[in-house]
Amino acid sequence: MALRRPALAWLPALTVLAMLGPVAAGLAGTVAPALGYFPAIGAERLSLAPFEALFGWGGIWRATFLSLTTGIGTTLVSLGLVVLIVAGWSGTRAFVALRTVLSPLLSVPHAAAAFGLAFLIAPSGWIVRALSPWATGWERPPDLLIVQDPYGLALMAGLIVKEVPFLLLMTLAALGQSNGARAVTVAQTLGYGRVRGWLLTVFPQIYAQIRLPVYVVLAYAMSVVDVAIVLGPNTPPTLSVQIVRWMADPDLSMRLVAAAGALWQAVLVLGAILLWRVGEVAAAALGRRWVNAGARGWGEGVLRQAGLWGGMVVVAAVALGLASLAVWSVAGAWRFPEVWPEGLTGRSWMRHGSEVAMTAWETAVIAGVAVLIALVLTVGCLEAEHRYRLRMSGRALTILYLPLIVPQVAFLPGLQTLMLMGGLKSGLWAVVVAHVVFVLPYVFLSLGDPYRAWDPRYATVAAALGAGRERILWRVRLPMLLAPVLTALAVGLAVSVGQYLPTLLIGGGRVQTLTTEAVALASGGDRRAIGVYGLAQTAAALLPFAAAVLIPALVWRNRRGLAHG
Amino acid sequence: MKRLLLALLAVAPVTAAADPDPADWMSVVQEAQGQTVYWHAWGGSTTTNDFIGWVGRQVDELYGVTLEHVKLTDTGEAVSRVLAEKQAGQDDDGAVDLIWINGANFAAMKGADLLFGPFAEQLPNWQFVDVEGKTVTTDFTVPTEGYESPWAMAQVVFIYDSADMAPLGSVQEILDWSQANPGRFTFPQPPDFLGTTFLKQALIDLVGPVDALAEPVTEEAYARVTAPLWAFMEALTPTLWREGRAYPQTGPRQLQLIADDEVDLAISFSPGEATAAIANFQLPDSARTFVLDRGTLGNASFVAIPYNSGSKAGAMVVANFLISPEAQLQAQDPEILGYGTVLDVETLPEMDRAGFETLDLGIATLSPVELGPALPEPHPSWAERLAADWVQRYGTGD
Repeated sequence: MALRRPALAWLPALTVLAMLGPVAAGLAGTVAPALGYFPAIGAERLSLAPFEALFGWGGIWRATFLSLTTGIGTTLVSLGLVVLIVAGWSGTRAFVALRTVLSPLLSVPHAAAAFGLAFLIAPSGWIVRALSPWATGWERPPDLLIVQDPYGLALMAGLIVKEVPFLLLMTLAALGQSNGARAVTVAQTLGYGRVRGWLLTVFPQIYAQIRLPVYVVLAYAMSVVDVAIVLGPNTPPTLSVQIVRWMADPDLSMRLVAAAGALWQAVLVLGAILLWRVGEVAAAALGRRWVNAGARGWGEGVLRQAGLWGGMVVVAAVALGLASLAVWSVAGAWRFPEVWPEGLTGRSWMRHGSEVAMTAWETAVIAGVAVLIALVLTVGCLEAEHRYRLRMSGRALTILYLPLIVPQVAFLPGLQTLMLMGGLKSGLWAVVVAHVVFVLPYVFLSLGDPYRAWDPRYATVAAALGAGRERILWRVRLPMLLAPVLTALAVGLAVSVGQYLPTLLIGGGRVQTLTTEAVALASGGDRRAIGVYGLAQTAAALLPFAAAVLIPALVWRNRRGLAHG
Repeated sequence: MKRLLLALLAVAPVTAAADPDPADWMSVVQEAQGQTVYWHAWGGSTTTNDFIGWVGRQVDELYGVTLEHVKLTDTGEAVSRVLAEKQAGQDDDGAVDLIWINGANFAAMKGADLLFGPFAEQLPNWQFVDVEGKTVTTDFTVPTEGYESPWAMAQVVFIYDSADMAPLGSVQEILDWSQANPGRFTFPQPPDFLGTTFLKQALIDLVGPVDALAEPVTEEAYARVTAPLWAFMEALTPTLWREGRAYPQTGPRQLQLIADDEVDLAISFSPGEATAAIANFQLPDSARTFVLDRGTLGNASFVAIPYNSGSKAGAMVVANFLISPEAQLQAQDPEILGYGTVLDVETLPEMDRAGFETLDLGIATLSPVELGPALPEPHPSWAERLAADWVQRYGTGD
């Protein structure tokens, strides 16, 4: 007991170290080669040559532009859609329905969603097949550049369908802490429409709270690798994909260029966030003028319908995409323009089944351990906060988001190099540590609010009955928080399952998860194999959520008040 | 931070344990027992992955060696991995035990002293390898000197959908056909090795055998020899699938494009690939193959062992198993893989020879006579230049 308390007090510091240590170390490990210092290949003199090579690459400006447009485009569209959905429909039955179908999408791995979408929208994909030849007259797929288009539109679409659920849930969490419904009512009595009223009165409060998640979306969309491999252009590829290619180039001096590219990617993300910040200020100024002008405006109905339909398109895109993976995984011969395969066969599952099972096991071990570590650190931090009356400052929140905002491709290559130099073996445990960096923030964000919202009077009652602090934690608080703890676990597991770059780079290729396998298969284009792995990957991320819903319902079947945490 | 970094970089390399001696094969087999071999091999093809899985079960049963297939999207990943380990001073028990390798990657690793060996010519099954008739001791003109062991012969063929087109005899005919049928042909995007192979194949078919190609590339020779190729590419590119604004990233991705009826023609480095793909529903059963009248490029696939592998004995056992008649017959079976054998079938024991002679190569596979002799690969420096030049011209937009 005497020892435990100081240990707990140290936990917040340890947590920050677990999150930021690898990021800082990785960035440092990127800077040295970017400046020409890489003794293994005899590069020992500092120089700007790697940057000269980077900017000498023919695709650099297109790739840079692509990174900015996909990042800003994805964020604008996703945020806009979420705002329209929440502003136009919150409190209605349609909203509850939309939220119910959008929430599970959060845990669908990005890569699986991207595979599904790729087959859906390709010129030989499901949509065209469904309309051909009877409506389109196409006996052969049209030669249209839809998937992997040079403008990154398909890539943006693939990101938007995944970021809308994320931003929606973040917005809903923030909404719980504001009196939005009443504000909108007041605005409506003043003659504003639902959407405009919400935008003018509620959005400013909400936005302050979802600003960091919005930056996460921006940074992620600018630097994503796995989705860009599946849906992004290749002439040239996005900057982050090109960096990963340089990392793997047999010409070893290209690693210096990769490091320079990684730093450039980090600078771009920083610049885009600053640009976005400027946009925020401008939007706020416009908003004030709008309020002062007092115009009630037109088009309420159109905006509401746009939100609803946009939301439904997102759900349909992911759901149909996953359905197409399922059909491909059991398809025999399946030619254009057939909507269904000529025959169904279990051959793909038999062929890949045992390997999928082994890979799923490894995925589960990594995710399980990483999430447990994250959960212990999170509960420790929150409990320390509670016991020692520490308050999470705004800065602490920023620290939590930092590993999500710094592009993975900017620090993971450096981290890989540093780990090797430090004699740390790549492998399962290194991957677990790398996953903790990305799992921890999500577990913390997921559990933080319910944990703090727990009524401390229960503790007072328990203490009055003679329970010590530990006993209160284990016997009262955690059991009462079973549902949110399980939800945090499920969120963490889904995040870990979806990680591509940390597994690839830190695992040194020896560690294979369902995600790395699925993305490796993507280059081969065997849709049956991709279907099997994509489905397995989705199941690995979705099943924990199902468990998080079912377990509290079972455990508390005769304690109805506890079932909802 | 910088000081720490320098200190980390200065960590002295650890001396490696004594390496197994391939000449003493009994002790190699003994040492291999219980070892785990991480074979880094391109993992984009289901049939290849299945074959490697079969090899794993065999060596486990026969020698107690556990084989783990690390699926790469690009062989360069394994090369840079070994390099990173050398840099970090991790000189034993590195992540890579065996690499499927050839061409530029082999030249790079051999040049940087990243390979264990020589071992290949001491392997017991080396006696069956067709050293005279097949290019198994040079790899893209670079002498292998026992630092890699061959396991499959590859030769360029073109897969086409016979429901939509007839075989063509030269790359000029391919251009004429593509101009008449725009959007129906594409190739994997260089620097993908198969895409680069298309460039080399087109070059050789356009300019014929040129001595300069066997030597390391020079500025003067490059400009002179490749001029016809770029004129050809200028004419071809706008007629390609998606007008050359997007490309499949790998060879097998082309099969899906044929199956989707998006293209009718694709390049392959494996004469039996089409037959195997038809059996797997990956190609329509109207798919067939052809070679060019002036012949097509051929080379061997090899396996090499990094200098810092911790399971060299196990890796050598796998390399030796790969050139056993049993494994070679399995690889040549079009239902399994359809790769050409590196062995001299004539020297095999009667029973093994019968297996090869009665093997049905399959509906879309050309007979050895139809395939014709394989043309030699240019020096790897040519491939690198061609790929880089292509990327400069067509790989980064306008």
